[in-house]
Amino acid sequence: MTIHLSIILWLPAAAGLLALLLPGRLARWISLLGSLLVLAYAITLLVDYDRAAGGLQYVTDVVWIRSLGIHYALGVSGLNLVLLATTAVIFTASALWTLVDEPDHGKPGIYALLMGLAQTAVMGAFFAQDLILFVVFFDLMLVPFYFLIVIWGGPDRTRAVLKLFMYTLVGSLLMLVGAVTTGVMAANGGEPSFLLAELAKTPLGSTAQGWIFLAFALAFLIKMPSFPFHGWMPDGYSNMPIGVLAVFTAILSKVAAYGFLQIALPLFPDAAVEYQELIMIVAVASILYGSAMAFTIDSARLVLGYSSIAQLGFIVLGIFAFDGRGADGALLQATNHAIVAGALIFVVAMLSRRAGGSEKLSEMGGIAKGAPAFAAVFLVFSFALLAMPGTANFVAEFMILLGTFESKMTFAFIAAIGVALAAFYALRFYISAMHHRVGAKVSSFELTPREGLVVVPLMLVVIALALYPQFALKPAQDGTSKAISAAQQVQSSGSDTNATTGGPTP
Amino acid sequence: MSFSLAAAVPAAPVIDWAGLSPLLALLGGAILALIVGLAGPRTIRTQIVPLIALATFGATIGCVISLWGQSIVLIEGALQLDPLTLILMLVICGGGVVATLLAWRDQAAEDIAHGEFFSLMLLGAAGMFVLIASRDLVTTFVGLELLSLPLYILCAARVREERSLEAGLKYLIIGSVGSATVLYGFALLYGATGQTGYSEIAAAIEASNLATDPLFLTGVAMCTVGFAFKASLAPFHQWTPDVYEGAPTPVTAFMSVATKAAAFGAIIRLFDVAVRPAAEAWQPIWIAIALITMVVGNVGALRQPSMKRMLAYSSIAQAGYILVGFVLITDLGVQAICAYLVLYSLGNLAAFTVVIARERETAEGDNIAALRGLGTERPALAVVMTISMLSLAGIPATAGFIGKLRLVEAAAAADYAWLAAVLVVLSVISMAYYLPVVATIWRGETQPGTDAASGVPVLAGGAAEAEAASGRAGWELTLVGVVLAAAVIVFGIIPQPVFNLVASAARGLGLS
Repeated sequence: MTIHLSIILWLPAAAGLLALLLPGRLARWISLLGSLLVLAYAITLLVDYDRAAGGLQYVTDVVWIRSLGIHYALGVSGLNLVLLATTAVIFTASALWTLVDEPDHGKPGIYALLMGLAQTAVMGAFFAQDLILFVVFFDLMLVPFYFLIVIWGGPDRTRAVLKLFMYTLVGSLLMLVGAVTTGVMAANGGEPSFLLAELAKTPLGSTAQGWIFLAFALAFLIKMPSFPFHGWMPDGYSNMPIGVLAVFTAILSKVAAYGFLQIALPLFPDAAVEYQELIMIVAVASILYGSAMAFTIDSARLVLGYSSIAQLGFIVLGIFAFDGRGADGALLQATNHAIVAGALIFVVAMLSRRAGGSEKLSEMGGIAKGAPAFAAVFLVFSFALLAMPGTANFVAEFMILLGTFESKMTFAFIAAIGVALAAFYALRFYISAMHHRVGAKVSSFELTPREGLVVVPLMLVVIALALYPQFALKPAQDGTSKAISAAQQVQSSGSDTNATTGGPTP
Repeated sequence: MSFSLAAAVPAAPVIDWAGLSPLLALLGGAILALIVGLAGPRTIRTQIVPLIALATFGATIGCVISLWGQSIVLIEGALQLDPLTLILMLVICGGGVVATLLAWRDQAAEDIAHGEFFSLMLLGAAGMFVLIASRDLVTTFVGLELLSLPLYILCAARVREERSLEAGLKYLIIGSVGSATVLYGFALLYGATGQTGYSEIAAAIEASNLATDPLFLTGVAMCTVGFAFKASLAPFHQWTPDVYEGAPTPVTAFMSVATKAAAFGAIIRLFDVAVRPAAEAWQPIWIAIALITMVVGNVGALRQPSMKRMLAYSSIAQAGYILVGFVLITDLGVQAICAYLVLYSLGNLAAFTVVIARERETAEGDNIAALRGLGTERPALAVVMTISMLSLAGIPATAGFIGKLRLVEAAAAADYAWLAAVLVVLSVISMAYYLPVVATIWRGETQPGTDAASGVPVLAGGAAEAEAASGRAGWELTLVGVVLAAAVIVFGIIPQPVFNLVASAARGLGLS
C-alpha cells in the first residue's frame, strides 16, 4: 500500500487552517477531527509497515532547495513508527480535552491552528530524513508553543516563554550550524547533500565530529530537558495551559530522544563513543536530581516536570549504553512516558478542580474519598510512572538497566537508585493528593464522563502496552540496532586501535 | 577601441546609454517629480508626484531586468554594470517602491513639499546606483555624496519637529565625518598605488608588493572606518539609533534597506576587488568589526521602548550578520550577502509598515505600547508584524531563516564555522527583543483609552492636531504589509528563486 507521508504530515496544519475559518465550537471539533484522522492514518501505518523488511518505508524524496542540496525527504522506520502513533494519541487526547473539558478560553480558531502547526512540526521532525529538514522542523516545533503560551498561558507567561525560547534556541541554532557544517564537510567541495543516508556513509573526521556532536547533544538535552539544562522548565511548565503542557511534556521531549538515535549516533559515532561517559553522567545526574526535586516540590505540575527530567535521564542512559537492549528499552520508555506523563498532566488539572483550583499538593489530600474511579485511574498511571513490575515502564527500565550493566556497570548501579526514587515520588504524589487529611478547599467528586473520555482511553493504552510491550518493541528493534551499530563498531574497534590516530572508521 | 586610434583622435568617452538607463531613469524621475511638485492643484502635488516616484522606481526595475545577466564597463571604467550591481539595484528599487507607498500620505512629505521629498528620494537612489556600480575611487566618492546629501535632508524632512531636525543634523555631521574619512583614505590609496581604478589598484598592490606598505595600510584603515560609519557598523554606529528614531519613519525604512544594500555593495567592491591582494591585513579587522557589531546591535536593542530605536539596533545586528558573509571573501559569501539583503529587507520593511500604521492610528507614536491589542484590533497588521518579527529573528519557514541558513552555509564552506556559531548564538539574544513585540501584540490587552501625551516636542507653529492619532492608516499600508509578509513566508518555504537570482552575484568580482 502506498501511503503518502506528506498527507499525514500536513493534515493537522490543514485542519487547523480550516478551524481558523470556522466559528467557535466548530473550530474545536475540526481540530479533534483532524487529530483523529491523523491517528487513523498513524494506526494504518502501524499495521501496514512491513516489519519483516524493516528499514525505511513510504519514502518521499524531493529536492527542496537545490542550491544548498536540501531535500524534502520523509520516511518511516522502526525508530519513528511507534513514536508517530504516540504523537497522534497525545494530540488527539489534547484536542479532546480542549473540546470537552476546557471552558471557552477565547480565540478557539487560533488555538486549533497553532496546535495543528505544532503537530505538523513534531511529525515533520519524526519523518525527516534530511538533516536540515529535521533541524527546520525541530526549530519550528517551538513557534506554535510560543503563541499558545503567550495567549493562553499563566500569569508569568511572557517571561516564561522567553526563557523557554532562548534556552532551546541556543541549542537548536548551534545544531543548525553543526548540521550545515556536516553537509558541507561531507561534500568535500562538491555539491552538498544533507540526506541522512548519504551523510551516514561518509563520517567526518573526529575533530569536526566532536563539536558537532556536542552541538546536537546540547540541543537535545535542553529540549528534554536534562539537568543542568533544565532552567526553562519550572517557569515554562507552570505557565502552560493544560492541553498544551500535555503535548509539550509528552511529545517534545521525545523528539529530542529520537534525535539522538536518528541523527547523533549514526552520523557522529566516533564523537558519541568519545563523549559516552559525559552524556551518561548527565543522564545519571538528571535521574538523581529530577527524582530528588520531584519528591520535595509542592506543585503537582512540577512533580511531573522533574519526574520527566528523571525519566528522560533513563532514556538517554539506555541510548548511550550502545547496547541493543538498552536502546530498545529507551525507545519503549519514550512511548510509555509520553502516554503516562501526558495523562498525568490531565490528572493534575482534574485534581486542581477538586482542590479549589490549587495545584499544590499541600492543599490537596483526601480526594480519593468520593472519587473511587478517579482514584483507580490515577493509581494506574502512578504505577506506570514508578515502573511497577507488570507495566511496560518496568520492562523498559529493566531493559535500559540491563543494557547499561553490560557496558557501564557503575552508571547502572547509580541509575538503579533512580528506580527506587521513582517509587518514592510517584507514591508521594498519589498519596498526598488522594489520601491523607482532606485539604481545606477540597471538595471531591467522581470522575465526570467528560474527564473519563480523555483519560480512560489513555489508561487503556497503558494497560495494552503493559500486556503486550512487544507490540512497540518489535518494530523498534530493527531501527535501534541500525542506529547504534556505527557507535558499536567504533567502540569495538576503538579498544584495539591507538587513540591518537583517532580517524573515522569507514 | 584600439590604442592607436585613441591616441590619434582624443575622442569623447564612449557612453553606453542602455547600460546607464537605470541611472538615467532615476535622475529623470527626480527632475520630473521636482517640476510636477510645483504644480498648483494640491491633488497633483499629493497624488501625482508619488505616482511619478513609483513609476520611476518601476521603470528603473524594468531597466535593471532588461540588463539582467550583462557584465559591462560603463563610461571608460568609471562604472561597472554586473550582476552584483543589478541585484542590489533591485533591492534598492524594491525598497524605494515600498518607501514611496509608505510616504504617500505621510506628514513628512507634506512638510517639505511632495516634489522635493520624492525627488530627493530618487536622487538618493541614483547615488546608490553610482556607489554600487563604481569601480573607481573618484566615482565611488561621487556616489557616496550623491547618496548621502538627499538623505541628510530627508531625515530632517519633518521641519516642525525637533526630533527630526536633530536627526538630520546629527546625520549630516556624522555622515560628513564618515565621508571625509573615506576621502582621506582614498587619497592615501591613490598616493600609495598611483591609481584610482579598482582593478588597477589591485594590480599595483601585487606589482609593487604594497600589502605591508604603511601609507597604503593607513589608507585601507581609513576606508574601513569611513565605510563602517556609513554602514553603521559598531563601534561607529552611535548615530544610527538617534537618526532612525528621529527621521520620518518612511525615510528610516528606506535607509534601513537601500542605504544598507548600497553601503555593502561599495564595501564588497572596494575590498573584494581593489584591495583584495592585501586581504591578510584587513580581514582580521573586519572579522573583529563583525563580532563587535553583532554584539552591540543585539545587546543595544534589548529593552528599547521605541520600536524605531529597536529596529535601528536590530539593523546594526543584521549588518553584523551580513559582515560574516563579507569577511569570508568567497563567491558563496557574496551570494549569501545578496540573498540575505533581499530576504531580510522583506521582513524589515514589513515591520516599518506596521510601525507607520500605528503611528498614524494611535497617540503612542513608535512606542511599543502602540502595538498593544493589535491582535484583536487589526488582525491583518498583527499577523504582518508577527511574521516580520519572526523573520528578523530567523525562525524557520520565514525568509529570515533562509537568509541566515545561507550565511551559515557560506561560512561553513569557507571553514569559518566558528563565526557562524557566534552568529547564531548572538542571534539568540535577538529573541529577547523581537519576541516581546509579538507577545505585546497577542497578549490580549487593549489600547488604554486615548491620552494625547505623545511626548514629542512640537516646535512653535507646529500643527499639534496633526500629531495626534488620525483614525485609520491608509489601505496602502495594509496592502504593502500583507504583500511583504506573504513574500516572507513564500520565500521562507520556497527560497530557490532568490538563490537563482543571486547565483551569479559575484561573477564580476573574480572571487573563488
